Amino acid sequence: MTAIDRMIDLQHGTVSREIFVSPQFYRDELEKLFARAWLFIGHESQISKPGDFFVSRMGEESVILCRDHAGAVHVFLNSCRHRGMKVCRYEQGNTSLFVCPYHSWSYTTDGRLQGVPLYRALYEGTLQREDWSLIEVAKLAVYKGTVWATWDPHAADFLTYLGDAVDHLDQVVDCRDGRPGGAEVIGVHKWVFPSNWKFAAENFLGDTYHNPSHRSVDMIGMGPSGQRGASSRRDNEYSGGQRFWVGFPQGHGMTGALMPEHTEYVSSYTQHPIVDEYFRHCFHERKRRLGEKARMLPLVGTIFPNASYHGRQPRGICVWHPHSPTETEGWRFFMVDADAPAEVKDVLRRYYMRYSGPAGMTEQDDMENWLYATASSKGTIARRYPFNYQASMGAYTKDHPIPGDVSLQITDQTPRNYYRAYASYLNGGSWDELLGRSPIRAAAE
Amino acid sequence: MMRPLVWYQLREEIEEFLYFEADLLDQRRFKEWLELLAEDLVYFMPMRRNVKFGQHAERENTKQGEGISWFDEDKWTLGKRVEQILTGVHYAEEPLSRVCHMVSNVRLLDVRPSVEDAQEATVGCRFLVYQNRVEYENYSFIGRRTDELRRVGTSWQIARREIILEQNVLLAKNLSIFF
Repeated sequence: MTAIDRMIDLQHGTVSREIFVSPQFYRDELEKLFARAWLFIGHESQISKPGDFFVSRMGEESVILCRDHAGAVHVFLNSCRHRGMKVCRYEQGNTSLFVCPYHSWSYTTDGRLQGVPLYRALYEGTLQREDWSLIEVAKLAVYKGTVWATWDPHAADFLTYLGDAVDHLDQVVDCRDGRPGGAEVIGVHKWVFPSNWKFAAENFLGDTYHNPSHRSVDMIGMGPSGQRGASSRRDNEYSGGQRFWVGFPQGHGMTGALMPEHTEYVSSYTQHPIVDEYFRHCFHERKRRLGEKARMLPLVGTIFPNASYHGRQPRGICVWHPHSPTETEGWRFFMVDADAPAEVKDVLRRYYMRYSGPAGMTEQDDMENWLYATASSKGTIARRYPFNYQASMGAYTKDHPIPGDVSLQITDQTPRNYYRAYASYLNGGSWDELLGRSPIRAAAE
Repeated sequence: MMRPLVWYQLREEIEEFLYFEADLLDQRRFKEWLELLAEDLVYFMPMRRNVKFGQHAERENTKQGEGISWFDEDKWTLGKRVEQILTGVHYAEEPLSRVCHMVSNVRLLDVRPSVEDAQEATVGCRFLVYQNRVEYENYSFIGRRTDELRRVGTSWQIARREIILEQNVLLAKNLSIFF
């Protein structure tokens, strides 16, 4: 039995606190998980023109998302090949070269080493420029505007990695009226908080069990229409639907609702008739385009390991970047339909700000939970006692119109899937194992 | 520069107002604090970006009225934030943080229509807001503020507040306090 297998007991539904606080497992995560899994980098709308760049992160490391002068998208490690200095310390912009401040080596937007001061005198005959390009990710995928990358040259392609979770991701990245893609990122929150990154990732796997911690926002009513009540945060748009929780062998998990066949539009943003009208129009268009698939409405989810989303409002993708076992940097990319009317965008961005991130009335309470759950799991005694993941053991089906392990009640099946995949990475599993295709998975069940 | 006495009196009056306001927040008299805000209040805290020299004026701060900032909101939303704290189950502020607002470098940037008949004033200041939470959580928020004040009777109301926090990545888990 490996060290990580001793931490995760799926049969009994327990996960050790060690993986949330221990520096050893954290090092393993960086080397075996973040260096292999597909990670969310950014969105094409952030780099629409040649030479545009946006500095992102993969695990602990800074990377540059960049569109080269021929229009191709790249992701580079933000570190000079010569002595390691960051070649870009701006967040976003447009450039023709990344010039290292240290010794002035410079790189073109496709990563090639161009300028080496005193090249003839110092390096002629020794340094082969083509061997010293910026370090580029092994694989990159642009999916409906979203950019993803992995450091593992043997990684399964991105769509295989997503598997059936693609239908759920589509509901974040597609237009509200069902047209594919078409989103734009209107801003990125960045903040650090003293918590293990997995608390945040898990929160979005479909942990609706934690709703009581958001009681205060439901009491005061700060949803799109300002109503009070348990479902007011999303204007009751899931009412009448069958709530579902779904997990996948690749580790992804999410929750949403399957609406009845003849469902009608539920008014939202009622204080803003233009916005309500926009969503009414989108509702009918989406139904027309997607047919049966339009019955599925997303709530939240996590694409393994650390890219979470809100599928409706506040729509966006959040990435939980590890800083240390007990510190995380949250990045929240807020998204709207690029061609939505200006008034719609304005109302949405205001709602996003009051809902999410460190100033968000809902998510502040999440941060409080994640912080103190981390802090109180550090102790010698605390670490002897695992966390409980026994909710709805066995209460899921693979025989549902929605593919995956589907549960129709609040469940820990999604985190159980997540930690099964997590253990495969930390055990250095083959890609078959990481995707949950190996017989090991069947035996464990 | 020698200014008329009435200018110094006005600055003192406005300083006094800002200190009184800060004290209401520190004493957690949130509802009374809300009364100091104009109905058409704009409360704005941009995010700050790392940009190339020469681009600061244009690109350093996110802009009011577009995209995402830390705060770009109105009195209704601030009222909701107060209401939320007063539910007693807003766990990010339950138990309540200990907060101390320090306001300094107060400057009258503009007074309208005149210093003698001051109905509106643009006031700059620096702030240091200290937050201590539960046991060991400590945050310091340091920055600049520009307030648009409006005379109401014998006192003032805040019509617009721009809060420039001197941070890029927010070095705090939450912005659950008022500035």
